Amino acid sequence: MTRLLHATALALLLSQSPVALAQQVTAPAPTGLVQTTGPLPGQQGESVPVQADSDRHRAVTEAQRTEAEYQAAARSDADAGGMPQLDFGNPLMISQVVWLFVIFGALVFLCYQYLLPPVAAVLEDRRARIAADLDAARDARAEAEAAEAGRRDSTARARAEAQASIAAATQAAQAESAARAEALAERLNKQIAEAEARIGAARTAAMGALREVATDATEAMVQRLSGVTDKAAVAAAVQRELAARNLKPAG
Amino acid sequence: MAAEGKTIDALSQFELIPVLGPVGRAVGFSQSNAHMLLAVGLVSLLMLAGIRKRALVPGRLQAASEMFYEFIENLVTGQVGHEGKKYFPFVFALFMFVLFGNLIGLLPYAFTYTSHIAVTLGLAATVFFVTTIVALALHGKKFFGYFFPEGAPLWLAPIIVPVELVSYLSRPISLSVRLFANMVAGHVLLKVFATFVVLLGGLGMIGPVAALLPLSVNVLLVGFEILVAFLQAYVFAILTCIYLHDAVHLH
Repeated sequence: MTRLLHATALALLLSQSPVALAQQVTAPAPTGLVQTTGPLPGQQGESVPVQADSDRHRAVTEAQRTEAEYQAAARSDADAGGMPQLDFGNPLMISQVVWLFVIFGALVFLCYQYLLPPVAAVLEDRRARIAADLDAARDARAEAEAAEAGRRDSTARARAEAQASIAAATQAAQAESAARAEALAERLNKQIAEAEARIGAARTAAMGALREVATDATEAMVQRLSGVTDKAAVAAAVQRELAARNLKPAG
Repeated sequence: MAAEGKTIDALSQFELIPVLGPVGRAVGFSQSNAHMLLAVGLVSLLMLAGIRKRALVPGRLQAASEMFYEFIENLVTGQVGHEGKKYFPFVFALFMFVLFGNLIGLLPYAFTYTSHIAVTLGLAATVFFVTTIVALALHGKKFFGYFFPEGAPLWLAPIIVPVELVSYLSRPISLSVRLFANMVAGHVLLKVFATFVVLLGGLGMIGPVAALLPLSVNVLLVGFEILVAFLQAYVFAILTCIYLHDAVHLH
């Protein structure tokens, strides 16, 4: 019964308001985890539960009893002024370290087997993807540069071809116009020569007619003036006169 | 109210209490171990749920798990070099276990298993044995040359060897005490100021106003403790990496 009272007193302590709790701070601070093994709802206050199932009641009481023993041990330790961390007499200390090795070992195993390889795979995947994309971009740029060079080449070639064909056309046109000019000049020269020949013939004819006219006129004038008709002398005189005037005798 | 009722008890939060009823008590399963299980579960959940989709473009959760992965991977490869890849899952498990232990411990009602010297010493001893075994496996007898640097005059050996030996053997001590002391100090401070809040809050009219000061201190402290939680996990991991580097490369 005293044990039960002790347990219920602890329960009271747990259910106190924060201010009251703080005023009792020398008592072991209850944690949330303690409350899970705390009293059942029917055990509020000093009254002993009347309707509690006896087995369960005994189990609960047992739990609280050991709880209380641990708390009492802890309190005595705290009263002694030691840190709970240095209380190596506490059996929980050894078991804590044993469990630490078990749990931490499990974490190391998990990390090696299950937690880290997928992350490594994802990171490696991304690295490869980025590298591939960079390569593709580099290739595309090289391709574009090649295409640009090709375009520049073909432009230059086209320009050269155009220049050549322009030059050829110009040359052909010049040659043609030169030939035509030559032909024209030839025809004109021929015509000039013909015309000159015609002029020469016409002048010769005219010269011949001139002497005849001059001879006739002179004969007629001489006959009228002197009544002498000397054809040969007149002809000679005309001939002389013409020669003196630098006119070529006809014939 | 008794005078002792007003004293501040900041240490009872570190007491071990068995959980899981009679079974837990029988196998010494304390709330500390329950929180270890919780941490392992959360780490597994984070990594498995994060990488479940294996998305090329990560979502938030996947980015988080990849961030943790790459952070530790960079740490290991940066410190140990490429040969360190083998030990990466071990360092990862160590970092996550310590980090989640620190962080879970900051939640109300939760227990901080990294505030127990037995736990941190267990982890540090694991690191110590792992690094020593790695060094022995890789270098055999040459490993003992680690305690006597090449080129040092032989007559200095009686001084150098003990110094090196002591510094090597004190590694797990410094590793474990650093984490343990940081976590204990943080939680004691939090508890002390939280108690101030409650004690001052009960002082009549002026109480709630006066209580605001320790309350704001506690808010700042929680932020600081989150920083410390990350920092200490990082320090634990990077020191492990440095020890692994020594084990793999022998200086």
